Parts: sequence; structure tokens; C-alpha cells
Amino acid sequence: MAVADQAVADQASTDGEIAEWRLRYEKHLADGGAPSAHPDRAYAAYHSTALRHPLQPLVSVADPEALELSGPVFGVTDVVELDRDLTRQHVGEPLGERITVSGRVLDRDGRPVRGQLVEIWQANASGRYAHQRDQHPAPLDPNFSGVGRCLTDDQGAYSFTTIKPGAYPWRNHTNAWRPAHIHFSLFGEAFAQRLVTQMYFPGDPLFPYDPILQSVTDDAARARLVAAYVHELSQPEFSLGYRWDIVLDGPGATWMEEGR
Amino acid sequence: MTAPTPSQTVGPFYGYALPFPGGGDVVPAGHPDAVAIHGVVRDGAGAPIPDALLEFWTGDGAPGSLRRDPTSDRLLGRDGVTLTGFGRVPTDADGSFAVRVARPERYVSVCVFARGLLHHLYTRVYLDPAAAEADFGSLPAARRATLVATAEREGVWRFDVHLQGAEETVFLEFR
Repeated sequence: MAVADQAVADQASTDGEIAEWRLRYEKHLADGGAPSAHPDRAYAAYHSTALRHPLQPLVSVADPEALELSGPVFGVTDVVELDRDLTRQHVGEPLGERITVSGRVLDRDGRPVRGQLVEIWQANASGRYAHQRDQHPAPLDPNFSGVGRCLTDDQGAYSFTTIKPGAYPWRNHTNAWRPAHIHFSLFGEAFAQRLVTQMYFPGDPLFPYDPILQSVTDDAARARLVAAYVHELSQPEFSLGYRWDIVLDGPGATWMEEGR
Repeated sequence: MTAPTPSQTVGPFYGYALPFPGGGDVVPAGHPDAVAIHGVVRDGAGAPIPDALLEFWTGDGAPGSLRRDPTSDRLLGRDGVTLTGFGRVPTDADGSFAVRVARPERYVSVCVFARGLLHHLYTRVYLDPAAAEADFGSLPAARRATLVATAEREGVWRFDVHLQGAEETVFLEFR
């Protein structure tokens, strides 16, 4: 069934699925359900979820000694200063609109997440990933790999210099296009705070058509995936500035409160 | 409470960004307590998932194990000495993965990412069924068994992950 749907899916049928799940979430709220920031893993309009989401409920772990309440720590050998500048990884400069993306990483109590790893990856300005499985006929850029990492500082701040990625087509349904986005991977102080997500650019006309962004059915939560253009962060004759703050969900490591 | 940033799928193209050389060598080969854990990640139709990424956390890590080429700053792999407790392994074309960790006191924590998975999933690998029963005694035995690896030979354990279906792995949440 899911496979058959996938074969004939077009934007109109995908829009129908997006609308259906939005109504479902509105009803959930109207019935007194709690707001939910994260997408439902069963979200149907993103067709690859069909066979890749568990049907059984998650099992809640309340053990205060659980390993997942601590997490890996990365060090100076894991990340070097150059890793945060995606425009300086090759002999020449990449094509595209040079940007900086910066912000803070906080835990759900609003405390800065310090000294933790932030990893990003993205398509080039033409919307092509430096990946064998991306066969979209847009040019690769020999001066752009699209990978960066940094550690957050004592205020939980991170910063990357890169180029604005392009939109690109994908095969969720006929004429499906992803809005421009940067993939982010984040570590908190606890493995249970792990987050992989995507940052979007303000005002992108593709937002309403994209089932991955729309899988976040809560309007306020979805808005939190969109960076802000901040003119003061733009650097004269060099780059355009975007700010995106990130809040990690999940229980933190309480012992960090005093220590750092 | 600050409102959290929503999760989004890792997508299909993380392969040039997240895996790193030696990502599965949480302890070096020849470590006296080393155990290899390997298996296949499958979807609800039983098909192997070639674009999943698994992370492993053993709870006892030190920061920093990666070496760099001194000229290019390219990552060369682990230094073979520092034990970070953290492993990261993408699945192969046949959905398989392998990781080498120190024999866990009780369990190894696992985080699963994949294209088609909008929000990552946590599970655990127990080598000792009694330890799994102590932590998840209220689960039906057949469900609990999905958390327990099978000994294949000395130092090698099998642990498959089923995202969906009759053999669906038990996935965990932390509040």
C-alpha cells in the first residue's frame, strides 16, 4: 500500500497528507493533548517513514543512574579552528552567497550547553551534495565539501562561515523540492539530549510543500527551525549574517549545574 | 522550561559528514576486555536499511581520540589509546554494522538515525539477559529479548535492530 502510494504520489496528494496530519494535531490540542515539538515518526507525507517507524510505544526509563544521562565529551584533537569555516577547505573559494550562521545551544532549562560538539553538513549553492548517491544534475563545486564542526564556547555559542545552500529535488513525490537547509547534529551533556535537525532560511517559498519541515505540525515549533536574518551580523563586503538558537530536549546532566 | 528545537531526519547524505575513521573502534583491537557487537538494521518489511547511522555510548569516556594529518588537518582516525566511550558507525549496503567496545558492566546505549526516521531512537545492547530483566522486568519476555545480544563466538556478539514489525526492537525514552 505504502509503496503503491509512493509510486503515484504527486504534490496534490502529498499536500492532502500534510493537511490531514495538521488537522489531526489540531484535534489533539483541542482534546487537551500536550503540545509536541517533535515530529511524529509515523508522519505519512514523508513517505520513507512508512516502514521505518516503530509501532510499539517507547519504553520510559526513569533510572537516575542510566548511562544516557551522561554523554561523550569531545576535545581539541577532535575539532580544529579551520573546521568551522566551510569556505576555506579547498584551494579556491566556493561559489555562492557567503554567510555566517551563529547562535547559542541551550538545554531545556535555558542553561548554555558548553564545550559540546556541533556538526553541520549541507548541499552546495547549486543544491548538490558531495555524495555519490546525490545524482541531481546540478554542478558539484570542487571548492566546497559542505562539512563543518565546532565546539560551543562558555556561553554555549557556536559559529560557522559557509555559503547558502541551494534547494534541490528529491523523490518523495513527483516534483518534490527541499527548501534550502543546513543539517545540524548536536551533543548535550547527556546522550539523552542528542539532536539531529535541519536549519531553514527565512521566507523560503518551498516551506508549505515540504513534508519534512511540515512534519513538525506545531506552528511555533516549526518556526523554531527557521533562522533569522540579522543585519548586524552581516559583515561589510564579506558575508550575510543569520542567527539560529538551538534548545536541546531531554534530561540534562544535573551534576553540570554546579561544576561549570 | 525553554521550548525545544524539533528533530528532523538525518536524511540520506550524512555519509561524508558524520562518520569518522575508526568510528567503530571504541576500544582498540587487542584490548583485553574488547567485545565486538555486530548486526543488521532492518525496516518493517524485513529489508536491510543501508542508510542508517548508529551511535554507541558506554558511559566512561575521556575527551579527544582523533588524530589529524599535520599538513591538511584531515582526520586520520583514533589514536588507539584514548578511550572516549563513543562510537559511530554507518550501516553498509547490506544494512550491517559492527562496533568494538569494552565489555559493558550492564549495557551499551545505542542511538539510531536513518533516512525516513524523523526523530532518532534509543535502544540498548545487553550481553546478559539477567541484566536486561533487572531493568525491564515488566516487559514481555519476547520484547525484552530484543535488547539482548546473542553470543556468536568468543568476543563476538550479534545484535539486530528492527525499526518496525513482529521483531520490533524495544526503543526507549528518557524524561
